[in-house]
Amino acid sequence: MASKLTLSNRAGWTFALPGFALIFTFIVLPFFFAIGLSLTNQRLLSPNPTQFVGLENYQQLLGLAVVTLEPERDDAGETIRNEAGEIQYPRLREITRSDDYPQYRGMREWFRWQSGENVMIVIASDVVFMKALVNTFLFVLVVAPVQGSLALMLALLINHKVRGINLFRTIYFMPVVVSIVVVSLLWRFIYDGQNGLLNSILQALTFGLFQPVDWLGNPSTALPAVMAMSIWQAVGFHMVIWLAGLQTISPTLYEAAAIEGASRWQTFRYVTWPGLRNIAVLVLVVITMQGFALFAQIDVMTSGGPLDSTQTLVFQAVERGYGKQDISGGSTISVILFAIVLAISLIQRWLTRER
Amino acid sequence: MAFDPDNYGLRLFVRYLVLCLIALIFVFPLVFMINSSFKPDSQLLADTSSLRAFLPVGDISLNNYFGAFRRAPVGLFVLNSVLVTGVTVLLSLLICSLAAFSFAFLRWKGRDVLLSIVIATLIIPFETIAIPLLLLVSKLPWIGLDGLHWGWLNTYRVQIIPWIADGLTIFLFVQYFKGLPGELIEAGRVEGANWWQVYYRVVMPLSGPVLATAAILKFLVMYNQYLWPLIVVQQEGYRPVMVGLGYFFQLNVAWGEVMAYLTLITVPVLVFYLLLQRAFIASIASTGVKG
Repeated sequence: MASKLTLSNRAGWTFALPGFALIFTFIVLPFFFAIGLSLTNQRLLSPNPTQFVGLENYQQLLGLAVVTLEPERDDAGETIRNEAGEIQYPRLREITRSDDYPQYRGMREWFRWQSGENVMIVIASDVVFMKALVNTFLFVLVVAPVQGSLALMLALLINHKVRGINLFRTIYFMPVVVSIVVVSLLWRFIYDGQNGLLNSILQALTFGLFQPVDWLGNPSTALPAVMAMSIWQAVGFHMVIWLAGLQTISPTLYEAAAIEGASRWQTFRYVTWPGLRNIAVLVLVVITMQGFALFAQIDVMTSGGPLDSTQTLVFQAVERGYGKQDISGGSTISVILFAIVLAISLIQRWLTRER
Repeated sequence: MAFDPDNYGLRLFVRYLVLCLIALIFVFPLVFMINSSFKPDSQLLADTSSLRAFLPVGDISLNNYFGAFRRAPVGLFVLNSVLVTGVTVLLSLLICSLAAFSFAFLRWKGRDVLLSIVIATLIIPFETIAIPLLLLVSKLPWIGLDGLHWGWLNTYRVQIIPWIADGLTIFLFVQYFKGLPGELIEAGRVEGANWWQVYYRVVMPLSGPVLATAAILKFLVMYNQYLWPLIVVQQEGYRPVMVGLGYFFQLNVAWGEVMAYLTLITVPVLVFYLLLQRAFIASIASTGVKG
């Protein structure tokens, strides 16, 4: 009889329709648009009609090749060396601009290494995109484990009933409610090369021995600096999720462990951690998703620089789709990004499957 | 007194010391921001090399605040943000809870398919649809008081309507509603109430916690919006606070005014958070445990 009372096609559709229609229009539809647009040359405003270009955009982004440069040799077959004794190689552009290698046309050097007498060069159709791809993965690979474990440590520290503990939880969580844009701007002061707060603190701690670093202006420190700031900003978020998980573990398990005489590490290893397994996967996935969406920090702090050392996928998607009005190029990056995110969600499903 | 690792008082002291040191790490940028907002530029920059950066010392005044208001239409930016955030939160609560009510309590053709589509959207990060969505909203029609328009760029609606409904909010409501006793719903129906009456007389009064959670999450997302307004609003008349910040970076940057502006747009949120900190933290926790 319950079913009769709740069976209502008209009311059911009427109530669900506004919400569903909005989700369909503004999430589902653009998602399929992204796939469609990535196969065209659509621009935001263009006098020319849009054309179907197949997978050209993907080739343009993902094109990669390795070329080998052999040393230049004289007639006797000896390698030619310059005055400093360095082996001379042909220039890369003799390959990328040659009619003999139409497949390499327009590609540029990404990085190179020496292999015996030869030089191996990885060339890419879009070096900036490749850097963005690598930076995004690097960001996620560093931030996910570090932020996740720091958040767990904070949660364990906070998960004690001592006076005033709520105050500390409130403070640790505080950066989460502050806009990432505001936080990024403040951290520009912290990272400033001349009189940044971080340099001042490090100099005070080392009694002036520390040489000031322009944290955001140096290609080798810019990305780590953005990582550190991002970890600081959202670690409280994940602390709260860990805490929620910790509180689902029954106190009787801890009592049993205490009676058995378990050490603190054993208690963590055999009581706490097994109870947190699914939360661990969730935390890692959420950080990963947030990491792949990295944009505001980059836009406010570095604009992708210096020397493209902080380019990211979303920053590139926006720079092309909005900055250069190249909707199809931006959409293609979005689709690639989504494919990565989807793969990670599937891995999560698999890891947390019912056994 | 000998050092005794089992000394309860000492261990407690060490624990509080660690807690306080960590707390310093989390608050120092905000303390710096607030104190700097009262200092003239030259002093602000000079102070960053010492602890004075965190103290309200020296030439303290409200001049930066007056300067910020002179430099940029601060009031307008705040008004835009409050309007967009407020309207979106209210509409989101109404529309998402109605949809969730239907998904949780009613049986109708197509329900399961629609619900699974809604849940599936949870794995689509906004950043992956921002660019195609930009193209879409640039071409959408709108019927206003003055007739038919094409294109939603540079409006309030482009900042509000796409953000009203989302999978997470609907999902949170559905989960909560499924935990309510079903007999209440049936009792309402037996007494002859129509579905709308069951929704707002029976279910809504019981939904305080989930309404608070959904409102807080939406508030945080909306007030802190950056990427979306950055690409769909070029006219300052419709800009929200975070995008309005760009105004301070044209020509020469007056850092004191920037700090005053940052303080102005951040402190109300912090106060709001400190007053409702339990609800804020509970809302984040609920996305984790249920999601």
